[in-house]
Amino acid sequence: MAILGSACLLLALGVCAYGIGASLYGVRRGRPEWSESGRRAVYALAGVLTVAFAVLEIAFLRNDFTFNTVADTSSRTTPAFYRAAAVWSSQEGSLLLWAWLMSMWSSLVLFLTRRRMRDVAAYATAILLGFGGFFVSLMVFYANPFVTTTPAPAEGAGLDPLLRFPTMMIHPPMLYSGYTLCIIPFAFGMGALLARRVDAEWIRAIRRFSFAAWLFLGIGIMLGASWSYSELGWGGYWGWDAVENASLMPWLTGTAFLHSLMIQEKRGMLKVWNASLVLATGTLAIMGTFLVRSGILDSIHAFGGQTLGVPFVILIGVMIAGSVYLVVTRRDMLRSEHRLDSLLSRESVFLANNIVLVGLCFVIFWGTYFPLISEALTGKEASVGPPWFDRYTVPLALVLVLLSGIGPVIAWRRATLANARRNFLAPLIAAVASVPVLLAAGVPGDWKALAMFACAAFALVCVIQEFYRGARARRAMANESPPAALVTLVKRNRRRYGGYVVHIGIAVLFIGVAASSSFQRTIEPTLSVGQSSKVGAYMVRYVKPTATVSPANDAAHTGSTLSLGAVLDVTKNGRHVATLYPSEGFYASDEPSQGSVGSLIGGQPVSHVAMDAGLTRNVWTAIAPDVETPQLKRIVEIGNRTIPFSSPEDGLIALAVLARSYLQHPPPAEFHLIVSPLVMWIWIGGLIVFGGGLIAIWPAPSALRRRAGAFARARTRARGRRDRSGDTAQGLAGA
Amino acid sequence: MNPARKRTVRLTLALTAAVVLAGALIYTSFSAASPALTPSQLIHQARPGISYQLTGTVAPGSVRREGSTLDFSVEDRTGGSAVPVAYTGEVPNPFKEGREVIVTVQKQGGAYVGEPNSLITKCPSKYTVAPPAGAKQSF
Repeated sequence: MAILGSACLLLALGVCAYGIGASLYGVRRGRPEWSESGRRAVYALAGVLTVAFAVLEIAFLRNDFTFNTVADTSSRTTPAFYRAAAVWSSQEGSLLLWAWLMSMWSSLVLFLTRRRMRDVAAYATAILLGFGGFFVSLMVFYANPFVTTTPAPAEGAGLDPLLRFPTMMIHPPMLYSGYTLCIIPFAFGMGALLARRVDAEWIRAIRRFSFAAWLFLGIGIMLGASWSYSELGWGGYWGWDAVENASLMPWLTGTAFLHSLMIQEKRGMLKVWNASLVLATGTLAIMGTFLVRSGILDSIHAFGGQTLGVPFVILIGVMIAGSVYLVVTRRDMLRSEHRLDSLLSRESVFLANNIVLVGLCFVIFWGTYFPLISEALTGKEASVGPPWFDRYTVPLALVLVLLSGIGPVIAWRRATLANARRNFLAPLIAAVASVPVLLAAGVPGDWKALAMFACAAFALVCVIQEFYRGARARRAMANESPPAALVTLVKRNRRRYGGYVVHIGIAVLFIGVAASSSFQRTIEPTLSVGQSSKVGAYMVRYVKPTATVSPANDAAHTGSTLSLGAVLDVTKNGRHVATLYPSEGFYASDEPSQGSVGSLIGGQPVSHVAMDAGLTRNVWTAIAPDVETPQLKRIVEIGNRTIPFSSPEDGLIALAVLARSYLQHPPPAEFHLIVSPLVMWIWIGGLIVFGGGLIAIWPAPSALRRRAGAFARARTRARGRRDRSGDTAQGLAGA
Repeated sequence: MNPARKRTVRLTLALTAAVVLAGALIYTSFSAASPALTPSQLIHQARPGISYQLTGTVAPGSVRREGSTLDFSVEDRTGGSAVPVAYTGEVPNPFKEGREVIVTVQKQGGAYVGEPNSLITKCPSKYTVAPPAGAKQSF
């Protein structure tokens, strides 16, 4: 099997080389059959990499530990669900996933554009295959997922317990889909510049893929935040970590592009800006991939001890140099067809929104890469922390939410005073009124949170007003019921109203972020059984300890050999609110020095968070049980002395004794208790954003089908009228 | 004012604002940054009252908990110098002896006190395990 996988990689490399040559020869020499052959090479690449990926996936599912990557990141005790996901937990496997997803998305875009812009598509094909060849080369020469070792170890190291979380199955594929989809607009943008066809055609061709990149990257970011909140045991969802930032940067420039491309489509403006944004988004996507793999920055997520930095630096250098060269040499073709008519216009608001988004991206870029910048300028490495990021991102986020309300309602070209009064009076009243109302309702006077609530209220009323007016107009025209009018309104202009739904989601999401970050209450008490601690308005009582032994009994289904936890009773003003069961899972290690019993629980301990989630607040709890008491250590020592490594079942019996001792004499345990208001609205906002994204990206019925439908309906109506008039005539005649 | 002159004035104002904002960003990043040092560098360079980002690995056998304080030593990645740290606050799940950590510390007397909730650890899933000695690898 490993030979088949390795052969697929070599074949993929050959396919990439051939496809690049064929595409470039075809477009330069005017031989479309060669360009066509280059396009088919992308399909072939997708096929070959699908086989390679299937080989690796099967090796994981079959526990084939002759594969080094399987032995390093999986084990027999890893649940099957997580074994399937372990493929992309290693450097090698994630490179294969990257290349495979890129080949699949590239095949789709080239299939859909097979009859359009043949010259642009030929250049794009060569560039996409260039990226494919780069990633396949990394696997062939640096990090081959099909390297085997004989004899195979009897057991693997197992998937890191932190990754045994349901969303980890889909977080990496979503994020990588986002990154790889960012490459498609980059390739077509470069293709358009190379072919000197910089009209709106190439933008229309890749618009849906840019949206898909934005959507997938956003889903990946949200799933990562959810994993961090629910699994990492610190109760936060964003920490300004270098790798988190790396995924946010292309999302921000992608968002800017999705707005500014509308100006190019409608008015032929911002062509240089759009080309630059597309090229920057592609480059930032590759930089994000580089940052995780180079070990150049300290991050909780970075792959350690790898040597992929130099190839990535060369690739990024080529991308930046090529982008700058093409934009500068094609600047005459990229001149705007119109100029801004007024600062009070939709074009200006979109431009302001672009500047804020790119400004945010610049702030995050500077903070993320500051250790390198500082070392280059001063010779000393230094870094900035979350307070520095917050200082700049909070005001920019406020402006962004405000603009997300103004943009959809302000007029194109030039807004009049009457237009402004009509569109902004109600939102302004809502924004201004929200502050005293919230203060009167007992919300603490944190200016940043209150400013965000006011901006979000403004944006929500702006957008909801647009839906109301549109539905009212449809009702007047088509005499439909309010829900039917709303649905038809959205169906008739999915892109526009899908975008508005996204704006609603963003406002809701920022309400959740502002409330949960400003008004969160957190304590870390050490409690004995029967003791209580107050967090915010809630009283949390440690009722009794819990313990389970053996992977089969792990309540969290993560394969832990021992799980120690607590039953917590949560009350508010003396009334029962929830019973929570936080625990900590202990996993086996591969370190024989820990002894036959000690190694059964000597791996990575992981918190299994328990929370009572609600629309107004989350009560979040985690436990760190003390397993270092003399009594428990003695049980492990006796087990290590008396039980051989060859009898893991007896080791589990020793752990059962340890668990019983823990239940009978529970030592004080450390708890982490958090009450976060409105945190649920972050996830609800995220869902609304992606729901809106799906509406916007969903293909509209073709104009032909719409026309045919309209014709059929008109005939039916006409026949109905004839029939009714006939009935009336017959009735009259009968009378 | 004619339109061309108006555009020039607008462009100049916009560029000036961008330069001022970028200048503020750059200035504050240097003034707010904590130097990143390895344990051996910290021993020679640390001054009381200044925050440093200490990077290295958790020394084996050094982790002890006393009440809410976690005591551990951070040593150079290549071994050698080690710095004792007294830390309070959130301890990330992956924290373990031998693991790479980053923690913000201040020198207080002869000891180094960790800033609460500043401890981060590298994700252990991203480390590759070396094959056992004597094993035969093939491609």
